[in-house]
Amino acid sequence: MKNQIKQLLKSGKFMVGFIVFMSILLFITIYPFFVPGNPLQMIGYNSFIPPGTYLSLYDAVNPNVFVYTLRIPGAAEARIVNTLPMSDREAMRDWLVRAGMPEAAIDIYDPETLLALWNANYDPDERIEGMILADHRAYQRLNNRIQGMFDASALRLYSADPETGEPQFQAPITDTDYIALSDIVNIRRLPLGTDNFGRDMLKQLVQAIGVSLRIGLIAGSIATAIGLLLGLVAGYVGGWVDEIIMFICNLLTVIPGFVLLVLLAFSIGPAGRSVTIVGIVIGLTTWVWTTRAVRSQVLSLRNRDHVNLSKLSGHSLPRIVFKDILPYIASYVVMAFILQVSGAILAEAGLSMLGLGPSTTEVATLGLMMNWAMSFSAHIMGAWWAYFPVVFVIALISFSLNLMNTGMDQIFNPQLRD
Amino acid sequence: MSEYREVCLSGTGVTKVFGIGSKKTVAVNNVDFKFYSGELISIVGESGSGKTTLIKMLLGLTSVTSGEIFFMGEKRDISSHKKKKEYWRGIQAIFQDPYSSYNIFSKIDSVLLDCIKMRGGRGLPYEKKVDMMREACSFVNLKFDEMTNKYPFELSGGQMQRLMIARIFLLKPKILLADEPTSMIDACSRATILEMLLKLRDETGMMIIFITHDMGLAYYVSDSVYIMEKGKFVEYGSANEVVLTPKAEYTKQLLNDVPKIHDPWEFSRNKKFRKEITV
Ligand SMILES: Nc1ncnc2c1ncn2[C@@H]1O[C@H](COP(=O)(O)OP(=O)(O)O)[C@@H](O)[C@H]1O
Ligand SMILES: [Mg+2]
Repeated sequence: MKNQIKQLLKSGKFMVGFIVFMSILLFITIYPFFVPGNPLQMIGYNSFIPPGTYLSLYDAVNPNVFVYTLRIPGAAEARIVNTLPMSDREAMRDWLVRAGMPEAAIDIYDPETLLALWNANYDPDERIEGMILADHRAYQRLNNRIQGMFDASALRLYSADPETGEPQFQAPITDTDYIALSDIVNIRRLPLGTDNFGRDMLKQLVQAIGVSLRIGLIAGSIATAIGLLLGLVAGYVGGWVDEIIMFICNLLTVIPGFVLLVLLAFSIGPAGRSVTIVGIVIGLTTWVWTTRAVRSQVLSLRNRDHVNLSKLSGHSLPRIVFKDILPYIASYVVMAFILQVSGAILAEAGLSMLGLGPSTTEVATLGLMMNWAMSFSAHIMGAWWAYFPVVFVIALISFSLNLMNTGMDQIFNPQLRD
Repeated sequence: MSEYREVCLSGTGVTKVFGIGSKKTVAVNNVDFKFYSGELISIVGESGSGKTTLIKMLLGLTSVTSGEIFFMGEKRDISSHKKKKEYWRGIQAIFQDPYSSYNIFSKIDSVLLDCIKMRGGRGLPYEKKVDMMREACSFVNLKFDEMTNKYPFELSGGQMQRLMIARIFLLKPKILLADEPTSMIDACSRATILEMLLKLRDETGMMIIFITHDMGLAYYVSDSVYIMEKGKFVEYGSANEVVLTPKAEYTKQLLNDVPKIHDPWEFSRNKKFRKEITV
């Protein structure tokens, strides 16, 4: 036993899976301490806020915040570059091409050089051959707009007079005014943005992983417990007991597990589908193959002579089952359990996508997050952050658990075969 | 010749059928037998002839399809766990494959301790138990101090099988069923095992049923020989009768299969520890 655990620690596959899984666990345990608060609180009033760091504009223009003056070369260009719309860039390219510049020399995705080219070549009075007057005027307006961006006249900040309501001049803001980020209290990092309800995706994801793992654990424990018990009884007792159990197993095999799951979840109704109930329902539909696997292991074990000798030594049935059968299939059962957990997490995701997952507004699950992203068309809105991280996490959990399982399989199975 | 000895295990019409319908196998077919106390009996037959199945039935590990088994003159009753436990105080076995005879997760000591418990030694002080285990180990030429705290896979096949004999030594049953105890181990250990079985019989007077597919071995160790072919006893009698004047065709065939490098009969009959049964 000790030997095998040592071997496990040396098995690359097992260790990779184990470390990945443990890192996920560690992350979801400590993250809430760093970013406290209810994960399902709607903090954003826009839907699908992209990932980023958000700072309060109100705090930034507060007259009490100390203003530093920094003259940073290229700041104005950078500002324009950042705000120059794509349509304008295309128009600039068209003019330059018509003025005789090779198209290959112009890159509209590099606004800085584009702007430099424009400033060097554009002459508002030059009338390009064959260009209609309306276009000529449009380009003049575009140029004015671009030049206007360079004009950094000060913004003026007013506040209402508390007595008269008259606007009161507070301070000018110029393009060389800077404030320190550390002076602003209200900064919110949204590493994965928000969903359609304006809820912090990462906080939600952290909670959802925990809840989904709980569903997996509940389902896996139930399926493994039922599977182990029925498998032991069917395999060891045999006879008509075995036949009844195998009949039920065959019956459940004929009906695909997921269909059964959908039917069960549907018949429970939204009111009854709590996280725990969904876990239990998944567990109740997936024990069949554990039963089969355990039964076949027990069948081959019960005719082994050590079991016969144990009987001859007068040991009771429970003792034989616990000491002479269970240790031989323990590793197998652990492996089955791991697969059940991973299968249950996937099953919950599938169920929730169909709208048959836990009906709760208190917590998120990985499946519910997928469901929300789908029903609010995150994929059409280009809000990749609303579904991709969820898919990635589901894949990662499933992958790490399966990797652990494969690693264990390689170590324990040769033992089982002899 | 056997009027004086007590019949300790007998059976009438013992039959075992596996499976039903077209898959039906009659492993043991309506056999009768009468084994006497203190005897060493060989049951000889080729592989698949039903020897192991018969043994399992005698032990009460498999059900008997039809027929009756009598133990110490009375109809055997193993209907409850308690009665089975009582029955197994009187009848024990050594199996063919030492490697599968041990629970690989338990230390060797537990095998021997279980035997002491079964003989009612549960409450003995630990030193006394160790003494008993040491005695049993030395009976089979093993050093208890080298065996204790070890797992079965740390032993060789021969050592494992010897420990099985030590187990029987502790249990001291009336009947020992040895199912091809030497067929899975190397030739050197084989002779040692046989020697120990004979010594066990000589010291305790237990009846031994020795299962083998090797006529030479059977002749070498036993008083009576039963020949089994396809689930039936085709011939039985004293070892001399069966080997020297075989009647059944199958017996002759088995005798032909014995390697004739030297004259095995002369060789084995002279073994010093072979004790003639005197009435
Ligand atoms: N558990 C079982 N189920 C079905 N058939 C069996 C079983 N055990 C033994 N048999 C059959 O019974 C016959 C006798 O087997 P066995 O007693 O093991 O023979 P032997 O020990 O003489 O080699 C064989 O044909 C074997 O296939
Ligand atoms: Mg056999």
